[in-house]
Amino acid sequence: MGRYVARRLLQMIPVFFGTTLLIFLMVYSLPGDPVAGLFGDKGTDPATLARLRHEYGLDQPILQQYWNYISNIIFHFNFGEQIRSGREITEVIGAAFPVTFRLAMLAFLIEMVLGLGLGVVAGLKAGRLADNLVLIFTLLVISVPVFVLGFIIKTVFAFQLGWIEPNVGQDETWGELLAPAIVLGALSLAYVARLTRTSLAENLRADYIRTAVAKGLPKRRVVGVHLMRNSLIPVVTFLGTDIGALMGGAVVTEGMFNVKGVGGLIYDSIVRREGLTVVGIVTVLVVVYLIASLLVDLLYAVLDPRIRYA
Amino acid sequence: MPDITKTADKTATEVVPVAVPPQKAEKARSLWGDAWVDLRRNPYFVISAALIVLLLLISVFPSWFTSASPTTGDLVKHFLSKPELGSIGSPEWLGYDGQGRSVYARLIYGTRASIIVGVTVTLIVTVTGSIVGMIAGYFGGVVDAVLSRVTDIFFGIPFLLGSMVVLQAFTDRTVWTVVFALAFLGWTQITRVMRGAVITVKASDYVHAAQALGASTIRIMFRHILPNAMAPVIVVATISLGGYIGAEATLSYLGLGLASPTVSWGVDISAGASQIRVAQHILLYPSIMLSITVLAFIMLGEAVRNALDPKMR
Repeated sequence: MGRYVARRLLQMIPVFFGTTLLIFLMVYSLPGDPVAGLFGDKGTDPATLARLRHEYGLDQPILQQYWNYISNIIFHFNFGEQIRSGREITEVIGAAFPVTFRLAMLAFLIEMVLGLGLGVVAGLKAGRLADNLVLIFTLLVISVPVFVLGFIIKTVFAFQLGWIEPNVGQDETWGELLAPAIVLGALSLAYVARLTRTSLAENLRADYIRTAVAKGLPKRRVVGVHLMRNSLIPVVTFLGTDIGALMGGAVVTEGMFNVKGVGGLIYDSIVRREGLTVVGIVTVLVVVYLIASLLVDLLYAVLDPRIRYA
Repeated sequence: MPDITKTADKTATEVVPVAVPPQKAEKARSLWGDAWVDLRRNPYFVISAALIVLLLLISVFPSWFTSASPTTGDLVKHFLSKPELGSIGSPEWLGYDGQGRSVYARLIYGTRASIIVGVTVTLIVTVTGSIVGMIAGYFGGVVDAVLSRVTDIFFGIPFLLGSMVVLQAFTDRTVWTVVFALAFLGWTQITRVMRGAVITVKASDYVHAAQALGASTIRIMFRHILPNAMAPVIVVATISLGGYIGAEATLSYLGLGLASPTVSWGVDISAGASQIRVAQHILLYPSIMLSITVLAFIMLGEAVRNALDPKMR
């Protein structure tokens, strides 16, 4: 187990550097110059531009810039500063991240509880009415794009019924975050339900289930322990990779509900060519994603003792 | 469809002369033949295939479906003139938008952008992903380790954010730049599926037999492995086609994908979003079209999955 974790951690290193380098190169191949952008239409003399570019290290070769950037993050936890506002990027991300984190966690909770619930119902009643209802429901949810779903929820519950506020306020209470969290988690909820359903329906016919039933175990134990443990592996894999996706996918949801989180920040940064901020946020998201997928792999052993780590 | 698995089966029976298990039908059918018989009986497949044929017709021949122009506006017919539901198929059927353009005509002409993006991205992604996945799965070892890490790197970047960055690199955004942005990060899923399928198929007796008979690597890959590893790839590709159509609309909605004067559902939804409190129909109809299209492709993918992998039922 210890050796497995060590090997996985080692494998994460090239992926971490590769992903951050890739996004760094992508961002820096964007046309437009953030330093020139500081002066707007008026423009400025080339000497000042050159001095500022030198100050921000923008005149160095790209790989050198990447190395400066990434080593600052690793050794000093310094993400640089926003060129436009002069604020530390750690501070900017630090202000936006908790909100998105809470939104994503709430969405995650919703998709896990509802998705698993619907999936279990459908899987145990495979081929019957409940299964077909869940199938139709999930197909519909998967087909409706996030922003359309957001508008439906906003129109119905905020404008027509007046049950919720159309926009999330300054202090982002859990109640206010509920509607955006449902919108954010809806797609994954449908996937979780379908994965659970398929996995359960398939394992229901497995020999070990027949054995468990034949030796007279109560149904609750057969389903709860024997069936669920093995069936949850694909679901857990999906849930693990989804944590990162939820945070990155919050762009649309946060914009619609006016949540001041990472999504809005990254959108602004991309549009304003604040390359360092974009790279910074993606770096954080990549780390979240890598840790989540490591945890998933470690969870496998808990769920299925047949899986051994060499 | 030609019977591509036949050679493989024959090779297998030559090496291990086990009697072929009796089939319920007289003639033995291949995996693909079986799948086709299954598909024709599946109502989900019939409905989604009919919808897709209709959508393809609309996108190729939009003028068959409406006589109105999607870009000519008549401000007198401002959006507040309500839709006239009695006049099915005529320009005023679904009302007019803020510029006095026929919403119905824009729906019809907007189909092409979505279909082109969905189909081309899926084609590019499937070909690229399959090649990388097959090389990684077949050769294994160092090649696999390197290719898998490269795949991980591209997979690690959040899809939507990555596409947004790529799109920002283009000042002139057309359907093709959107295709490029989505394909740039989209191929990794196919690669993973293909790699897994190839590793499974590689262990089969008929592959060992072909190797023992001295068949060339290329021949083994394309004749024996590819046809038998394609099934899961095709399933993922069909299902994700719907997802790419949704992604194009999302990017256009964010103002980073297609933009006016290109006619697309995403562009219209984006325009409708700002007028949601005064005129819901501008947002509503393109959203419905978009959802139906995505639904059709996802249903098709599901039906194909059921047909190719009966265990999943």
